[in-house]
Amino acid sequence: MKAAAFDYIRPESLSEAAGLLASHEDARVIAGGQTLVPMMAMRLARPSLLVDIAHIEGLSGIADFGAYIGFGAMTRQAQAEKSTLVATRLPLLAAALPWVGHTPTRNRGTIGGSVANADPAAEIPLVLVTLEGSICWMSADGQGEIVAADLFSGPMSTEMPAAAILTEVRFPVWEGPPIGVGFHEASARRSDFAYVSAAAQVQVDQAGRCIRCTIGIGGALAFPKRLAGASKALTGSQLTAQDIAAGLSEDIAALEIMTDGHASSAYRRRVAGALAARALANARDHARGALR
Amino acid sequence: MKISLDVNGQKRPLDIEPRVTLLDALRDDLRLTGAHTGCEHGVCGACTVLVDDAPARSCLMFAVQAEGSKITTIEALAAGPGELGIIQDAFCATHGLQCGYCTPGMILTAHALLRDNPSPTRAEIVDAISGNICRCTGYGQIVEAIELAAQRLRGANLEAVR
Repeated sequence: MKAAAFDYIRPESLSEAAGLLASHEDARVIAGGQTLVPMMAMRLARPSLLVDIAHIEGLSGIADFGAYIGFGAMTRQAQAEKSTLVATRLPLLAAALPWVGHTPTRNRGTIGGSVANADPAAEIPLVLVTLEGSICWMSADGQGEIVAADLFSGPMSTEMPAAAILTEVRFPVWEGPPIGVGFHEASARRSDFAYVSAAAQVQVDQAGRCIRCTIGIGGALAFPKRLAGASKALTGSQLTAQDIAAGLSEDIAALEIMTDGHASSAYRRRVAGALAARALANARDHARGALR
Repeated sequence: MKISLDVNGQKRPLDIEPRVTLLDALRDDLRLTGAHTGCEHGVCGACTVLVDDAPARSCLMFAVQAEGSKITTIEALAAGPGELGIIQDAFCATHGLQCGYCTPGMILTAHALLRDNPSPTRAEIVDAISGNICRCTGYGQIVEAIELAAQRLRGANLEAVR
């Protein structure tokens, strides 16, 4: 499997890259290439020009802005995985990263690339949606920010303008009382594409009661979705098994679940409910553990 | 397109199409055939090389992207022609290969693992090679090979063997 012919340019600045994207209709950005290169090998993607953003100064790095942690689009997944800032401030992302591909793909794959490609099974977009983060983009015409709930529009597609470059991914930090996280996935093989994935983060008060909660489902849907109703319903509860089951039931029943030869929608819905409950229970226990 | 790659410590000028993968450039243009062509879409791990000392799939990179990075292939792991490195020798000692197709990728993955973690647990070894598919051995002897190599490397004069 070989990619179709294309031109390749490695700009040194974002404005140069944005100009190239604006003047070439079939141009695509390449960052780590761990999604795009196999798609090109299979000729599911045939860009006429690749704009390699790997050498643009300032597009890589992890910074703490207080309310959120910002990741330059070119930040490698492996760099985030090893980051103590991520481990301490974004435990949900830290829990999800080992599920992203394998070590060799995380060494090349980027945080921004995973979000921009919007693979339905990808873990990083799920965490972004669950934590209600956002992305920043720029193009030859301007720049903007899009919140995660409005970002994804379908499998492998986002609401970013066509000639825009994703420049930064922002994950909100929960300050204050102890937080706990849970992350689960069901797939055929270790680190294969998830049939269903579930991410949860909760915050508890001194009595162990849930004072803030968020839960998201990925893999099973066209793009990851935060379960807003369940997240709200469970806030204020003790997160008992009964609370969790009752809180989740409506949102899980309403999910628009995909089906394919590997896993039916009925199976995926059942697993989504089970993994969401498990992720919430883990998050609860994890948060309460931090109280002691 | 004219580029220059740093492969196994040598500057290698190339004139290639942008669509040529690093794997094909290594094998076809530089005649370094130790990186093997398997699935060509990033699933099997047979084409693993080290890019800036970290394992990466050479089929998931275009050679032009590798300009400016340090590429290490299996050919660089032995001290000289006809000799074996410590990890390679451990694979022979434990029968950690049968057809040998996955072996260069396994060994480079093990090399990076043992450099960062000289005493990996069995679970850590299994996790490290989880991206490398072997269809012969059932993996048991590969894990044994990496355990043996770790043990030998811990007892070796590391400066002399790296």
